[in-house]
Amino acid sequence: MENTTLAHHLLLAGLLFALGLTGVLVRRNLLVVYMCLELMLTAATLALVAFSRFNRTMDGAIFVFFIITVAAAEVAVGLALIVALYRRRGSVKSDELVTLRD
Amino acid sequence: MPDGLFIFFAALTLGAASLLVLSRNAVTSAMGMILALVGVAADFFLLDAYFLGVLQVLVYAGAVMVLFLFVIMLLTDTAESAEGYPWKSAALGLAVFFFLAAGAVWLFVWSGAVPGTAAGATPPELSVNPSVFVTAAKGFGRLLYTKYLLPLEIAGFLLLVALVGVVSLSKDPVDENA
Repeated sequence: MENTTLAHHLLLAGLLFALGLTGVLVRRNLLVVYMCLELMLTAATLALVAFSRFNRTMDGAIFVFFIITVAAAEVAVGLALIVALYRRRGSVKSDELVTLRD
Repeated sequence: MPDGLFIFFAALTLGAASLLVLSRNAVTSAMGMILALVGVAADFFLLDAYFLGVLQVLVYAGAVMVLFLFVIMLLTDTAESAEGYPWKSAALGLAVFFFLAAGAVWLFVWSGAVPGTAAGATPPELSVNPSVFVTAAKGFGRLLYTKYLLPLEIAGFLLLVALVGVVSLSKDPVDENA
């Protein structure tokens, strides 16, 4: 780990975040969009852990602990919402769920 | 140059994340997501955050992704991708990706805003000072029950709220309207 600097970890986190945002914009399947959102969240936790390690404090790591907790709860509620949406509308494609636009 | 393990796991993570974004099959996307999360967990290990790496694999790559796979297999019809390829949104997404990636490279590599110092010595397993970065899971417990006690209670309450919310959302909508 001697030659891996903070910038390398932040670059990885930034690229992961960019990939996640691209997926949110491009994909039409709500479940894949939701997974890309989770990827953005994970990229942010990676940056937090890197900052925490290189600044030698514990606070960033604790923050990541809470983010993982909240993300688990959020995924459960979000997937329940998507299942409820599917039962009412019969689709999980974002370009078919345009009732408010039309 | 970063060391070999970091390059390997960074390439694995980015490749798996690309699979998640690009694959037209939702199950393949979920597999890419699992691989990307395992890659991030490996990077946590490289950053000496062993507890968070284990937590990432158990909670994210394990529980959360099993939930995702269940719902994907429940809802997604296999006979999709009959309609034309969404070129307009693909072009927009590619533009956004290159904009953000170029921004990240400029900010973190070329601008000099991030100091190029190495991580230094391996952090201790435990330390007298509770706010110093340590590798043992005990360091988490010590802070969670002192400095971060209120956030911990709120997180527990949030999990309870999520539990109740999921139960009420999953009730049959036909029964509610009747």
